[in-house]
This record gives sequence, structure tokens and C-alpha cells, in this order.
Amino acid sequence: MSVVKIPTVLRPQVGGNKEVELAGATVGAVVDALTTQYPSLKSQLLTADGELNRFVNVYVNGQDVRYLDGLATAVAERDEVRLLPAMAGGEHRER
Amino acid sequence: MPKTYADLLREARASIREVTPQDVGALPPGGATIVDVREASEWEQGHLPDAVHISKSYVEQQIEGAVPDRDAPVVLYCAGGVRSLFAAQSLEQLGYTNVASMSGGFQAWKSAGLPWEAPVILSAEQKQRYSRHLLIPEVGSAGQARLLGSKALLIGAGGLGSPAALYLAAAGVGTIGIVDFDVVDLSNLQRQILHTNDRIGERKVESARKTINALNPDVTVIPHEEMLVAGNVDRIIAGYDVIIDGTDTFDTRYLLNDAAVAKNIPVVHASVFRFEGQLTTFIPFEGPCYRCLYPTPPPPELAPGCSVAGVLGVVPGIMGMLQANEALKILLGIGDTLAGRLLLFDALDTSFTELKLRRDPSCPVCSTEAVAARAEGRPLAIPSFAAPAAEQPFILGGPA
Repeated sequence: MSVVKIPTVLRPQVGGNKEVELAGATVGAVVDALTTQYPSLKSQLLTADGELNRFVNVYVNGQDVRYLDGLATAVAERDEVRLLPAMAGGEHRER
Repeated sequence: MPKTYADLLREARASIREVTPQDVGALPPGGATIVDVREASEWEQGHLPDAVHISKSYVEQQIEGAVPDRDAPVVLYCAGGVRSLFAAQSLEQLGYTNVASMSGGFQAWKSAGLPWEAPVILSAEQKQRYSRHLLIPEVGSAGQARLLGSKALLIGAGGLGSPAALYLAAAGVGTIGIVDFDVVDLSNLQRQILHTNDRIGERKVESARKTINALNPDVTVIPHEEMLVAGNVDRIIAGYDVIIDGTDTFDTRYLLNDAAVAKNIPVVHASVFRFEGQLTTFIPFEGPCYRCLYPTPPPPELAPGCSVAGVLGVVPGIMGMLQANEALKILLGIGDTLAGRLLLFDALDTSFTELKLRRDPSCPVCSTEAVAARAEGRPLAIPSFAAPAAEQPFILGGPA
């Protein structure tokens, strides 16, 4: 099982969990397992074609999977998979 | 029988290798650490280029900081070549193996027509104000002078900009520009520590100027009371050495990124959300730019701002101070920045996580191809901002 770190903004959709343990030998398989368990995440993470949305970065053990093998990147037992959407807030302007 | 001064000098001459000013002038850059052992008042009149100043009376205490390697070549000089001989003896007693004294000292150097420079002189008040900086070898009076001559631009005098501005001002960054068109609101004061209760309704740039100048009158504050847009971004950022990004809209962030890459100005970026913060430094062409990191913005519902989602006030405080730290290193030319690294802060766990960032070789803004295209006046097209609509509406805090 790999540990998937869930960003704050997506936690309401995974029952408030900060991390979820999921099986899967690749990033794609882990994301599949995640979206099967929490279907409302699918449209946030993936395009209609099943690719990762460009505004969500996925890191395996701190390395961006876009520069590894994308969804085909291998995930080993106890690897840390981190989902990281772009964050809006700096916060000087509140309008 | 007690020794005379002449005896001591003779012994020093016998044991210390002497080099001529011409020998020293012919050293390659970095060929030796050149240490000026005269008094501060003499140093201020002029010194060898690239020399470090350690008064003879402090040489034993401070040499290890300046030259940690005892086998590294060191050349000492004074005004006439005597004090540096005695100082060199002290270094040999400390185990330095490659010490020389420059014969004839600074007088002979100048007589030989070799180049010298006058240091920037800090006022007595500045020496006291910045004394803790002056004690750090990596800053010192040269670094402090560099900060006083530096220009930092803050995008936003808000939660991130407040602590960044305070510490940059305290550090003596000579010019601080602030882009903000907002006014101080009561709801800002939970974290925007530049502003005060009696300034509610006041323009933030003016409130910031008052606070900064009350802290350090050395700082010139340049207010830019306007929204950063395509029509003014080049004019506003021109001439700044570093930009602190505290924006909260993606269009402003992309606009700033593209303009800063084109002008080769580093941007220290941070964003915050509830208990979390992200921080990185975009140094054009050294690390990725914002578009390499996120080529397209998320749909608004996936990235709510602080006014919607809330933030623990101390989180922008911490992230803003880390931004100031990055900016100071860039201005001083010391240390390693976060270029190519994204730092995540989680206030609930008190944990920091570091992720590796890379340049996108096909980036429409910072790739080699993009730079060449800009130079030819036909910048690359940037993919549309429109993000695909989510199939289901996203409700922060979960479905109702």
C-alpha cells in the first residue's frame, strides 16, 4: 500500500482524511483506486481523456511524475504519493 | 635579556615569507585570501580590491571565520608591512601553513599604481543599527551596503507582504516598492501586521509606508497604488532586484511570472491556505518558472482564496518571513535559494516537506525556444486559461 497525501482543498471529498492508504503498482493504478473509492475526485484529478489535469501535480517521494513516467510511474510499497493542486492564496486582495 | 622591538621585527622577518605588491597584484582571482590588518579608520580610507578587513587586534579571534582552511593561501597587509608581519606570526601559531606578508603594505601598493577601492562608508548610526549584520562575515559592511542599494518589490501589502516588508525594512533593503490598491479593513488585522486599528480605511500602501519608515527611516518606500495588469506590469517591475509575490489571483500570478522571466528578475512565491503554505523561488533560467510548475490555473472552486477558505494568521506570517529570507539571500548573493524546490509547510503538524521542481523544456515562457521567439519579436502562444469545467460542482467543506 502506498500513502496518498490529500491536500486540504480535496479532503472534504475523502471523508476529511489527510492521507489514504491505497494499493496500486503505478500512479495511474493508485489514482484509479482513489477515484473508485471517492468518485467525486475524478473530475478534479483527471481530464475527460483520463490524463492528469495540468493544474494538479502528482509527486512520488517528492519527484514530479510529469518528469518520471506520468501515470505509468511505478509506485512501490510505502511510497508517498502527493497530490498538489495549484494554491490560490497569497492574499493581499480580497475582492 | 629582554628583547627589543628591533629584535622582534628581525625574528618576524626571518620566519615570515614576504611578497611584493606586484606578486599580490598578479594573483589570479581567489588565488589567496587577502587580509587587511589595519585599523578600521585606515580601511575606510581605501583598501585592496577583494580584501577582507580584520584588525590586527582581532586577527586571532576572527581569522578562522574568514579562512577556515589552515592550508589555504593567505596574504596579510597593513600600511607599511610591519604589523602584517606580526599578525602573520599569530597565524602561524594558529597552524596556518601558507601565510605571507605584503612588503611595504598599502603604501607600496598605491605607489606601484595598483588598483584599490574605497569601501562604502556606513554612518555611525547605520553601523549601530546594522551591527548584528556587520558581525556576520557573509554580510559585513559590503553586504550591508549592497542591501541599502537594493530594490525589492512586494506584490501586496497583505498577510505575506506584511512580515516580508517588516524584515526587509529592518534589514536595510534601501528601496521597497509596494503594489496594492486596497484599503485597510478590520478583517485584515488578524494577520496583516503592517497595518493598525487606527488605519482602517486608509490606503494600504500609505499605511505600509508609515510602519516601514517608523521602523527604519533608511528605507525609501515606493507606493504603486494600482492593480497589476498587462498594461503596467513591465513599467512597475522595471529596476527591481527581486519580487515578493503575495498575489491571490492566478491571472496576476501568470502576468507577473511572464514579465519577470522576460526581465530576468527573481520572484519569491508563496501561497497559503488555512493551515498550509507553499513557497518557492523562481529564478529565471536557473530553475522552473510558475508556468513550468502549473501550466494552467485550476478551476476557481479548486483554489479558493483566503477570504473564502480562511487562514491561520501566523501561516502567512511564517511564509512571508521565509520569502524575506529568500529575498535577502538573492540580494546578498549568498546561500542556496529554493529555486527548483517547493517547500510545503503544515502548521497543524509543524512539518516541512520539500518537493523537487523542474524546468519544463517546452515552457512557453522560459524555455530556450520561448526566449529566442521573444527576442525575434514573436513570443510563443500561451495555451488558453480556460480550465475544463468540473463535471460536478465542487463545494468547499463537502457536499451540503
